Amino acid sequence: MKHIKTLNTRSLQESMKKGGCGECQTSCQSACKTSCTVGNQTCEQKKK
Amino acid sequence: MVHQYRSNGYNIVLDTDSGSIHLVDDVVYDMIGSLSADPSLPDAAVLESLGDSYPEDQKAEALSEVRSLQESGQLFSEDIYHGAVLDFKNRKTVVKALCLHIAHDCNLACQYCFAEEGEYHGRRALMSYEVGKKALDFLVEHSGNRHNLEVDFFGGEPLMNFRVVKDLVAYGRSIEEKADKHFRFTLTTNGVLLDDDVMQFCNEEMDNVVLSLDGRKHVHDRMRPSRNGKGSYDLVVPKFQEFARQRKALGKQYYIRGTYTHYNLDFAQDVLHFADLGFDQLSMEPVVAPADAPYAIRPGDIPVLCEQYDILAREMIRREKEGRGFTFFHFMIDLSGGPCVYKRLSGCGSGTEYLAVTPWGDLYPCHQFVGQDAFLLGNVDDGIVRPDIVDTFKCCNVYSRKACSECFARYYCSGGCAANSYNFHGTINDVYEIGCELERKRVECAIMIKAALAKADGED
Repeated sequence: MKHIKTLNTRSLQESMKKGGCGECQTSCQSACKTSCTVGNQTCEQKKK
Repeated sequence: MVHQYRSNGYNIVLDTDSGSIHLVDDVVYDMIGSLSADPSLPDAAVLESLGDSYPEDQKAEALSEVRSLQESGQLFSEDIYHGAVLDFKNRKTVVKALCLHIAHDCNLACQYCFAEEGEYHGRRALMSYEVGKKALDFLVEHSGNRHNLEVDFFGGEPLMNFRVVKDLVAYGRSIEEKADKHFRFTLTTNGVLLDDDVMQFCNEEMDNVVLSLDGRKHVHDRMRPSRNGKGSYDLVVPKFQEFARQRKALGKQYYIRGTYTHYNLDFAQDVLHFADLGFDQLSMEPVVAPADAPYAIRPGDIPVLCEQYDILAREMIRREKEGRGFTFFHFMIDLSGGPCVYKRLSGCGSGTEYLAVTPWGDLYPCHQFVGQDAFLLGNVDDGIVRPDIVDTFKCCNVYSRKACSECFARYYCSGGCAANSYNFHGTINDVYEIGCELERKRVECAIMIKAALAKADGED
């Protein structure tokens, strides 16, 4: 495309199919103890 | 829902429900503006809406690209998840993370401490090995088929009870194989009691260490004095530097984590100060405080704070390009392997998969609810005795908060912090507006950084 560059490769709809294993980190266990930050967590399945 | 914004010279379009992020030129940006008002607008009307601002052939080409994204579900997509992916009330949840309040005591007297210098509305106490052991057993027993279990040694100051931390790690390791579990331990510390033995132990056993530092010396010392009133910056910084050096050499995670308040609205300088001290895994969060506290963030502070996030983002790009980049926790965003939609919808997990344990073994939905009787869930001997409270948290998610339905960032914060909502509105199913404004800004900055670095890569 000339006018548009799409930055991400994982769509949320796609993640419905294989997601939900629950192995990912709990958000407040990382470096966040007073707000909720979920979007930056890493998918454990993708890590493998 | 589509959110579009201009930042640092980039035109960015975020399609909320598909999670698609597009970097676009001016003609597409304006076109999407027209379509946002009415996504069903026919082609002729879309072209007409741009008037004479762009040549006809450019407009037609851009429209063709926009339509292509719409057809592939990457623009003006619908929320197909509501009611489809999770039956929130009836879902079976397991416990996979515990915040162990290993010490309700502290050797600092931080002014903003929600734990009230470690005491959490209660008495000073250290967790015994027996209580901690029962907590780990409780976690294993209630974790279903989850393999990775997280345990954070928290306080107060956990190093005031380091012997028990060590013994609990040893106990955890001793039961891993039989239970087919893996513990990921984290320690959060103010650094006062950090020494070579602690560092060595943590380097062997802790997946992550969170080191509390607020930034420049005058900022840190104002809010994080010792009990005799003397600042703690000079005491902890050299130790944190050594600890970080060791962790980096071992490829182990650590975070320098700060809290900013109304007193340091120019907090970007504090984050950059961390980087200038040689740290490269950084986190800095707004203070959680009663609205009338003198250091509390006020609604009027928001424009200044948003500008600070912009300053920080631009400086991060500059340093990254110069080969001296650092990570900032709240700007981290994984565009290729981020969390699935289940995770993004179901909230932070407090009260269901994440619980806090007090020194005497009481269970609370998270560290921020500790000491509030209305949220006492049970204890490590009897387990959960208030399943009704757990059910309330089970249903706390993106869809339970009205404000989230109109927010583009809802899949990044998953509805925000339940404790903040409760503190400001008396219910866990509302939102803390100042926190939301800042979260939206952080998401915008995080995406802009990705755009800038993608652009730089493309130019190389």
